[in-house]
Amino acid sequence: MAIEVNGKTYETDEEGYLANINDWEPGVAEVMSKEDDLELTDEHWDIINFLREYYEEYQIAPAVRVLTKAVGKKMGKDKGNSKYLYGLFPYGPAKQACRYAGLPKPTGCV
Amino acid sequence: MAKADFQVPELKQYAEIPTIEPGVMAHSAPFKSKEEFQGALGFPGTLVDDWQPKAIAKMGDLLSRYRSLRVYMDSCVKCGSCTDKCHYYLGTKDPKNMPVGRQDLMRKVYRRYFTLAGRFFPKLVGAEDFTEEVLDDWYSYFHQCSQCRRCSVFCPYGIDTAEISMAAREIMDSIGVGQKYCNEIIGKVYKIGNNLGLPGPALADTLEGLEEDVFDDTGVEVKYPLDQEGAEILLVTPSADFFAEPHVDGLIGYGKVFHEAGVSWTLSTHASEAANFGMFIGSYENMRRVAMRIREAAIKLKVKRIVFGECGHAWRVAYSFLNTLAGPWDFLDPRYPVPQHICEFTYGLIQEGKLRFDKTQNDDMVLTYHDSCNVARASRMGDRPGGQFDIPRAIIRATCNHFYDMDEETIRDRTFCCGGGGGLLTDDLMEIRVKGAQPRVEALNNVMQEKGVTHMAAICAICKSQFTKVLPYYGMEMDQIVSVHQLVSNALVLTGQADDDEEDTVEDEAA
Repeated sequence: MAIEVNGKTYETDEEGYLANINDWEPGVAEVMSKEDDLELTDEHWDIINFLREYYEEYQIAPAVRVLTKAVGKKMGKDKGNSKYLYGLFPYGPAKQACRYAGLPKPTGCV
Repeated sequence: MAKADFQVPELKQYAEIPTIEPGVMAHSAPFKSKEEFQGALGFPGTLVDDWQPKAIAKMGDLLSRYRSLRVYMDSCVKCGSCTDKCHYYLGTKDPKNMPVGRQDLMRKVYRRYFTLAGRFFPKLVGAEDFTEEVLDDWYSYFHQCSQCRRCSVFCPYGIDTAEISMAAREIMDSIGVGQKYCNEIIGKVYKIGNNLGLPGPALADTLEGLEEDVFDDTGVEVKYPLDQEGAEILLVTPSADFFAEPHVDGLIGYGKVFHEAGVSWTLSTHASEAANFGMFIGSYENMRRVAMRIREAAIKLKVKRIVFGECGHAWRVAYSFLNTLAGPWDFLDPRYPVPQHICEFTYGLIQEGKLRFDKTQNDDMVLTYHDSCNVARASRMGDRPGGQFDIPRAIIRATCNHFYDMDEETIRDRTFCCGGGGGLLTDDLMEIRVKGAQPRVEALNNVMQEKGVTHMAAICAICKSQFTKVLPYYGMEMDQIVSVHQLVSNALVLTGQADDDEEDTVEDEAA
């Protein structure tokens, strides 16, 4: 599988995650969200950017609690919870937001 | 929530046994493993050329190693007792999801190559060649079994379909047909130490965050130590406890209990995973390799006791196999069970009166309890038969004012699987997961209607993740599933807790 972004083709796995994280560019998130009929707002981008920064440091997506805490700190306590994140990413922050951010899919009992 | 591209089963007031619809789930099969994942586990990367004789030889090997497998192959009398006992049959109506139907996928091949009648008169005894079509059927339907063993409770001969499906997966792996979800994950355990692939620094960061949260919440410095040499207890818990909700609320609870008990404890980066997917794929070698990490960590950290967190199949491996897999454990303190379940640990403290609870902290919930299959039917807790049913319930009753059990037919040793166990907790199997959850969700729905239950507690990472995902398909909320130690965490009054005195006053007044 693959996706087309700005005339370039990037390889993806069976579930639509980028095969190579270094292929990522903002256009990847745009194209993926369009396929899901989701319009990316600044709030979505805050999450995507946080995921990428965290991944760069720790080589893994942040735990849900780490993510909600960071969101709560930055955007107000009322938004620091899973409900808010699922509101933005209906397929789940770990699975949908990670995919848009070019991160590998979290595996395991999650 | 994702939209369903399949029909979500209807919930009824009384369980109904559906009329069969042959082949309706034949399309369901998980993604196949890739070469890179197979190699790390010692399996061929892709389907080998002469797969048929190799698969038959592997079956012969397993039949000679596991006497039980041969007995299961030989002893079925087609009494029909199991036919309506599998949650996947009840949810899908596909007769190959009847336990006997699933067993027969292997039994017909067994008869063809390993019985006299099958070798000479295959058609008379329902024996069939191991063809590519049969292999496809195996891949599909042996990945529609969560190895929950409910059927074996009702089989008069005790035939255990879980063991048959493990053997089938082992045979398929040996010829290069593996499942991506399980095999990629086992590779991550070898490489990084846990199913999620959480490296040490990420674990440390997450645990530090928990310490901050608990301190903000209670004013008490509860520690969540990592790789602390010389600690008394090594806690081995599913990596989902670090990562997901409501799992992490359980982990917070374990830490509070250890804190109140006044014992030193530690987690380990090397053994940062309780789960052992080696069991799901029926591979003794891989199960042993995963389990050995716990031994290595225990020796390195010089601990005296090992306690397991809330993980269903981990507890089966720990309780039933740990000694032969990774023993002897003669370097641990013999005064304590090796290993011990966190529920046993907490229950012991409750019995001794060492934990103080404010049950009203859980008054926003009316609880029920889901017995996880591997705990219920493949292990025990405490020193009495049935302890695995009674101890978690006793903890809930000690920490909550409102608790009701679901229908007797669906709990304790007759519990229904969550629908996501046995290596099926992957998005590519969402249809079978949602449909297989139907009997459990139906019983939950009934107790919600009749008793006003709002939440269901569990002690298994897979169950928790599965319900988080599938409950919304049935019109319920994802956060209706909670960890047992989350309830403990909510109600436990820590020594020196900020609002300690205030609550005392309230209790005194009430008395």
